[in-house]
Amino acid sequence: MARAITNNRKIINTTAAWLIGLLIFFPILWTILTSFKTEAQAIASPPLFVGFDWTLENYQVVLERSNYARFLWNSIFIAGGSTLLGILIAVPAAWSMAFVPSKKTKDILLWMLSTKMLPAVGVLYPIYLLFIKMGLLDSILGLTIVLMLINLPIIVWMLYTYFKEIPVDILEAARMDGASLRSEILYVLTPMALPGIASTMLLNFILAWNEAFWTLNLTAAKAAPLTAFIASYSSPEGLFYAKLSAASTMAIAPILVLGWFSQKQLVRGLTFGAVK
Amino acid sequence: MATQHSRSAARMMMAPAVILLLGWMLVPLTMTLWFSFRKYLPLRGGDMGWVGFDNYVSFFNSSSFWPSIQTTLLIVGGVLIITVVFGVLLALLLDQPMWGQGIVRILVIAPFFVMPTVSALVWKNIFMDPVNGLFAHLWKFFGATPVVWMSQASMESIILIVSWQWLPFATLILLTATQSLDSEQLEASEIDGARPLQRFFYIILPHLGRALTIVILIQTIFLLAIFAEIFVTTGGAFGTKTLSYLVFQRVLESQNIGLGSAGGIYAVILANIVAIFLMRIVGKNLDT
Amino acid sequence: MRMQKNAIALTIAAVCGGASLAASADTLTIATVNNGDMIRMQGLTEDFTAKTGHTVEWVTLEENVLRQRVTTDITTKGGAFDIMTIGMYETPIWGKNEWLVPLDDMSAEYNVDDILPAMSGGLSYDGTMYAAPFYGESSMIMYRADLMEAAGLEMPAAPSWAFIAKAARSMTDRDAEINGICLRGKAGWGEGGAFITAMSNSFGARWFDENWDAQFDSREWSDTLNFYKNMMDDAGPPGYATNGFNENLSLFQQGKCGMWIDATVAASFVTNPDDSTVADKVDFALAPDNGMGVRSNWLWAWALAIPAGTEKVAAAKQFIEWATSTDYIELVAEKEGWANVPPGARISLYENENYKDIPFAKMTLESILSADPSNSTVDPTPYVGVQFAAIPEFAGIATEVSQEFSAAYAGQQTIAEALEKAQALTNDAMEAAGYK
Repeated sequence: MARAITNNRKIINTTAAWLIGLLIFFPILWTILTSFKTEAQAIASPPLFVGFDWTLENYQVVLERSNYARFLWNSIFIAGGSTLLGILIAVPAAWSMAFVPSKKTKDILLWMLSTKMLPAVGVLYPIYLLFIKMGLLDSILGLTIVLMLINLPIIVWMLYTYFKEIPVDILEAARMDGASLRSEILYVLTPMALPGIASTMLLNFILAWNEAFWTLNLTAAKAAPLTAFIASYSSPEGLFYAKLSAASTMAIAPILVLGWFSQKQLVRGLTFGAVK
Repeated sequence: MATQHSRSAARMMMAPAVILLLGWMLVPLTMTLWFSFRKYLPLRGGDMGWVGFDNYVSFFNSSSFWPSIQTTLLIVGGVLIITVVFGVLLALLLDQPMWGQGIVRILVIAPFFVMPTVSALVWKNIFMDPVNGLFAHLWKFFGATPVVWMSQASMESIILIVSWQWLPFATLILLTATQSLDSEQLEASEIDGARPLQRFFYIILPHLGRALTIVILIQTIFLLAIFAEIFVTTGGAFGTKTLSYLVFQRVLESQNIGLGSAGGIYAVILANIVAIFLMRIVGKNLDT
Repeated sequence: MRMQKNAIALTIAAVCGGASLAASADTLTIATVNNGDMIRMQGLTEDFTAKTGHTVEWVTLEENVLRQRVTTDITTKGGAFDIMTIGMYETPIWGKNEWLVPLDDMSAEYNVDDILPAMSGGLSYDGTMYAAPFYGESSMIMYRADLMEAAGLEMPAAPSWAFIAKAARSMTDRDAEINGICLRGKAGWGEGGAFITAMSNSFGARWFDENWDAQFDSREWSDTLNFYKNMMDDAGPPGYATNGFNENLSLFQQGKCGMWIDATVAASFVTNPDDSTVADKVDFALAPDNGMGVRSNWLWAWALAIPAGTEKVAAAKQFIEWATSTDYIELVAEKEGWANVPPGARISLYENENYKDIPFAKMTLESILSADPSNSTVDPTPYVGVQFAAIPEFAGIATEVSQEFSAAYAGQQTIAEALEKAQALTNDAMEAAGYK
C-alpha cells in the first residue's frame, strides 16, 4: 500500500518535472528544429514540428558565408585563455584569503565583486583608447585580458569559498611535518581543491564564451569570436529564421555539449560553497 | 595561528589579483571621471574643455533619468523574484525521487549556456513576432488576437527572456542546497505532524538562506549591467530604457562622451547603493 | 639546353612575379552591413583578389551593431578597419572632420562622372566625394496589382496620401490576414524615424526652423502623425509599431501587405520568385504627396569609405574602384542576373538595354531623381537631408524622438504627448550642443 503511494507520487513527480524541463528546454529545441527547415517552412502556419523535409541547406549557406572555424577557434582561445590566466592569478589570492584571513579579507572580497558593477558601456571609450595605445585592438591577447579581468572577482570568490571548506587541520599537520609553503600548496592543497578549481574554470569558460559587449566592440576581423558571428545573422533582409537558427545552433552547440558533459562539475561550481 | 612570515607571503599572493583589479577599476574610472567634467563631443571636434558639473546636471535633469532607474530596478527585481520563486519550487520538485532525473536536470540548465544575444534574437523573432512567431500561432489557434510582445508587453517580455536565462542558475544552486538538507530532520518533522507548508517555511527555507543570498547577489551583479537583451529586442523603446542603456544612447548614439560619462558615474553610484544593500545581507549570511 | 634555359627563365620570372605580387599584396579589413547586396559582394571577392592580389577580411555586422562599431573606431582613430560601409548621413559629417580619405583621384576607367549626381552629391562635403556609393536608393510604393484591382481601384503613377489611405482601407481583409498597408513604425532614426520624417516632409512639416528651433509643436507634425496612426490602425499589420524594413519585407513577401512604401532596393526582393510568394503581382508607384509640392520619398546610399590613418589607402582605393564600378555590376549580372545588380548608383546602369526590362528600374530612377536633400521640405530649413538632418546630433535625437512616436503608435501615449516630449528633448539636446 505504502509502496503504491510512493510509486504514484513518483509518477506525478516524474511527469511534472519532465513537463517543466521540456518547457524550459523548448526554445532551444525549437531553434535546433528550425535550423533544419527551409525559410518558408520556418514561418509556416500552423508551425511544423517534425513533419518537414529536413535540410542542411542553412548550415551550408552559413558555412559558405562565414569562416565559422575561425570564429569558433577565437572563442575557444579567448574563453580558454582568460580562464587559465584568471585561475593562475586567482588561486594564490583565494588561497591566502582562505587560509591567512585578516580583518580586511572580507572587505577586499566584497570590493572585488563591486568592480563588476561598472557599466561596460560607460567605460567603452576609455578602454577603446587604451587598447589603441597599447596596440591590443582586435587581438586575442587583448580580449583574453579583458575577459579575465571581468571574471576575476567571480573566480576569486568561488575559489575562496572552496578553499574555506578544506579543513585547516590538514594544513597544520602538513606544516608540522615541515612542509614548505610550496609543497603545502602543491601536495596538500591542490589535490583537495582540484574539483573546485575545475568547476570554477568551467563556469568562467561559459561566462567568457557568452560575453557579448567587449568581444563585439574590441574586435574586427582577426580576433572576432562567435558573438560577432551571430551579429552578422541577426535581422538581415528577407526571411531569416532558419538561417538565424542555424547560426545560433552553431554558436551555442559547442558550449552546450561541453556543459552537458561536465554538468556534475558545473553543479558543484555553481554552488559557490553555498552548501556544506 | 598564522605567522608573520605567512602573512607577508599571503599578501604577496593576493597582490597580483588586487593590483590588476585595482587597475581595471581605477584607470577606466579615472578616465570616465575626467571625461564627465568635460564637454567632449567627438563629432564636433573632440574635447572642448572643462564644464564643471554641467554634464551631471543635464543627465540628471533629462526626462529619461528617473524612468531609466525605475526600469533598471524593475527588471532586476522582476527577474530576481521570478527566478527565486520558481527556482525554489523547481529545486524542491527535482529533489523528489523520479525517473530520468539526470536528463531533466540537463534540460533545465540548458538555457544558461545560451549567449544573451542569441536568446534575445530567438525569443524576439521566432517566438514573440506578432505575425510569424510561435506565440502568435498559438494565440490564433485558441482564437485570441496575438499579443504584440515588444510593444504591448515590452517589460514583461524582457523580464521573461532574462528570467529564462537565469532560472537554471538559481535552480541549480538551490537544488544542491536542498539536497544537502538533512532528511532525518524532515522525516522527524513529518512524524511530528508538521504540515508541508510549515515544513517549507520553518525547515526548508531557513536552510536555503545562504544559497538564496548567493543567487541574489550574483544575479544582481549581472542584471544591473543588462544590455544585449534590450539592444536586440526593443532598442530602448516602449519604456525599457535602463540606466546602462541610457548611457549607451548618450555615448554611442548621441556621441556625447561627457554626458555619457556622467551617466556612467551615476550608474556606478546606483550599483554601489544596490551593492551596499546586498552586502548588508550577504555580509550576514556569508560568515561561516 | 635551350629548354632548360627557358625553364630557368620562367622560374625566375615566376619567382619575381610572385615576389612583386606579394610585396604589394595587402589584406584589407572591411566592415560592412549584412544586407543582401553586400553578402553577394563578399561571395565575389575572389574576383578582386584575382585582379589585384589583395585579399579581404570581412567584418559583417547587423546595421545597428555596425554603426556602433565603426563610429567608435572612427572617432577614436582606432584604425581597426581599412574600409567602412557608411551612409549618406555619416559621410559629410565625417568628411568635414577629415576622418575620411577624399576620393578625388579615382582612375579614369572608374569614370566618376557616371555616378548619379544625387548620390555623389550626398556623399560629398564641400564638393569633395568622401565615400563611393555601392548602391543608392530612394523610397517608393510597392503594391499588389491584383489586390488593387480587386478593390476596384487604380493606382495613379503619382498618388496622393488621401488615395493611399482610401486604397489601404479597402484592400484590408483582416480574416485573410491581408493588411492594406505596411509601413515602418520601429524606433530608431534609420528605421521608423526615417520613414516618418520623409512622410512629414510631404505634409509640410520640418525638424527645425531657420533658428534651429524644434518644430514638433507645429500643426503639420500633428497632422502627419495622426494621419499615419489612423491609417495604420485601420489598415496596418498588428504590431506595426515594432516593424522595420525587414519585418515589412517578410510580410510583403508572404502576401500579407497590399501596399508597402519603403526603400527602392526592396523591389528586387519582392519580385524575386525564390523568396517572394507574390513576385509576379507587384507593381510600383512614386511615393505619395499631399499636394504641397514635396513627395514623401527619401534618399540614401550605402557607400564605401576609407578611414584616414589606414596604411593601405592604395589597396583600399583599388577595392572601392572594383566594388563600385560598372564592371562589378556586369559581374553580378552575369552571375546572378540583372535584377540583382546593386541599383541606384550609376547613370550607365539605367541606360543599359539589359536593365531596361527590369520592372522596377524606371520607378527607382524617377524616385531617386525626385528627392532633393538640399530642398526637401515645404518651408525653409537650416539643414541638408531628406529623412535626416545632416548634423552630428541628429542620430541621437531622432532615435529618442522615434521612440516616443513608436510608443504613441502602440497606444502607450497620445500623439500630443509624444510630440510634446519630442519637442522638449530635441530642444534640450540642441541647446546642450550649442545651437542656441
